[in-house]
Amino acid sequence: MTAAAEGSPPLRVAGSRRSPLLQSEAAQGFALISPTFVYALILLVLPILVVIAHSFWTQNYLTIDHTFTLENYRIALTEPIYRDLLWRSLYISLTVSLLTVALAYPIAYFISFHGGRHKSLWLFLITIPFWTSYLLRVMSWKVILGYNGVLNSGLMGLGIIQEPSDALLYNSTAVIITLTHAWATFAILPIFVSLEKVDRTLVEAATDLGDGPLRSFLRVTLPLSAPGVISAALIVMIPTVGDYVTPKLVGGKDGVMIANAIQAQFGKASNWPLGAALSVTTMIIVSLMAGATVLVFRALQRLAR
Amino acid sequence: MTAIRRFLPGWLSSYAVLYLLFLYLPVIFLPIFSINTAATPKFPLSGVTLHWYEDLPRTPALIDATWNSLIVGVSAAILSTVLGILAARSITRYRYPGRRPINGLIMAPLVLPEVIVAISMLLVMLQLGLSLSLFTVVLGHVLVCIPYSMTVLTSGFEGFDRSLEEASADLGESAFGTFRRVTLPMVAPAIISSLLVCFTISLDEFIIAFFLTGTEATLPIYIWGQLRFAAKLPGVLALGTLLLFASFLLMTVAEILRRRAARRTQNEGGLYA
Repeated sequence: MTAAAEGSPPLRVAGSRRSPLLQSEAAQGFALISPTFVYALILLVLPILVVIAHSFWTQNYLTIDHTFTLENYRIALTEPIYRDLLWRSLYISLTVSLLTVALAYPIAYFISFHGGRHKSLWLFLITIPFWTSYLLRVMSWKVILGYNGVLNSGLMGLGIIQEPSDALLYNSTAVIITLTHAWATFAILPIFVSLEKVDRTLVEAATDLGDGPLRSFLRVTLPLSAPGVISAALIVMIPTVGDYVTPKLVGGKDGVMIANAIQAQFGKASNWPLGAALSVTTMIIVSLMAGATVLVFRALQRLAR
Repeated sequence: MTAIRRFLPGWLSSYAVLYLLFLYLPVIFLPIFSINTAATPKFPLSGVTLHWYEDLPRTPALIDATWNSLIVGVSAAILSTVLGILAARSITRYRYPGRRPINGLIMAPLVLPEVIVAISMLLVMLQLGLSLSLFTVVLGHVLVCIPYSMTVLTSGFEGFDRSLEEASADLGESAFGTFRRVTLPMVAPAIISSLLVCFTISLDEFIIAFFLTGTEATLPIYIWGQLRFAAKLPGVLALGTLLLFASFLLMTVAEILRRRAARRTQNEGGLYA
């Protein structure tokens, strides 16, 4: 914002009949954003507070007992079934986010450094599959990995296997493959943006000073694009931990994740407080894992220099 | 060294092509198997037919789901774009304390696990005594659409030259006249792009609709229900193919419009920023 623009509002206030408070930049801006802000407060912040409150209560058949208790958290953290689901969800989301970032980095690098005139076409091609229905993309993996699926019939047609393998679908590997595919775009974009911000003259300087392409990449480009890598990892990690559709469709018994258990508490099992405690626990643990990931990446970034 | 330098872009571009294949291949199987005569999706195709498509309009439950999806999609698109316009205008035009945290809160649904967003809204709606219906689905969809709407609109509004509005006011145009004749034409493509993006998201959204709907199904919920029956798969594939093409078309138009808006205000970024 220029100095002239900042100087102009008081001038108008002088000539206005309305109170200076209403005319001020801050008040106008705040008034304009308040409907959207209030919407987010009512439909996001309030609901999350209600969930947190529920997690300290007890389900009493059809009613809810409002006495404070930590029992739900004890169940969520110590019952083997929930502990296993939680660990599996964390393992899957961590694997998926690392895999997605590793696969996405070269393509983001390619578009940013070698995309040339076609940069926006490449980006468009990469975003398009993301805009198609998530449910349909998961469904297509089921078609590919199924017992009678594309992969099995293809491998049999090539004579590599004699009879269809049932090892492809209904396990955590199928979940990891499907999620890695589904979240690819989300990882590419932040990495691309941070690569675009890398000052090309720095790379040239490193080359001029005798660094080879690999060394200049490792010491200049990679550390400078670290913020994009970190945000890509987090953007994939946090939502995937609570994925419901993929484990349900391709996960089978071995691929069930925590979101399926949470849904069951709000559905068949009808134990809202336990479902709420599971949700809160998941959010807290995934936040801790996200924080740890950021620290690890930062440490690596320092090492690279 | 020069060998590596020459080799690297070549290696990278073949990786890029492979990556695109990985992105597109799974999706392409839907249209392929939707014209297969056999109900099981495997190669080689047993024959080509369009009869799965011909069956679609004869399914009353599907027609209902389509109407429900259209109603929800149009309402969610309009509401979230209106809320998005207000917020994006405020963020790009004004500076005030708390601007960044408020923006962060509005964008938060983008990175939160959808299941958790959905069950929290479900709890509140049940507490408030709202009965679950298409209306509650719209409320949920608006929340998840606003971040996308904001992204599209901010890229259209940023770099918007305020002196044009000031010039219009100085030349005697009223506030409304300035808005209608100067502001609106500049930002119209971004607004239409936001409407299309939000409609597409709502059309494809499953989790929130799954938790927040009562007895009325939207298209993804209809598909979910059909997935239990192996014999219904080809019909689902045909429907999925149509949805796929609808999303593709809508997003292409939205992207073209967004770019036009960004060009008008001489700014780049948007969905990619």
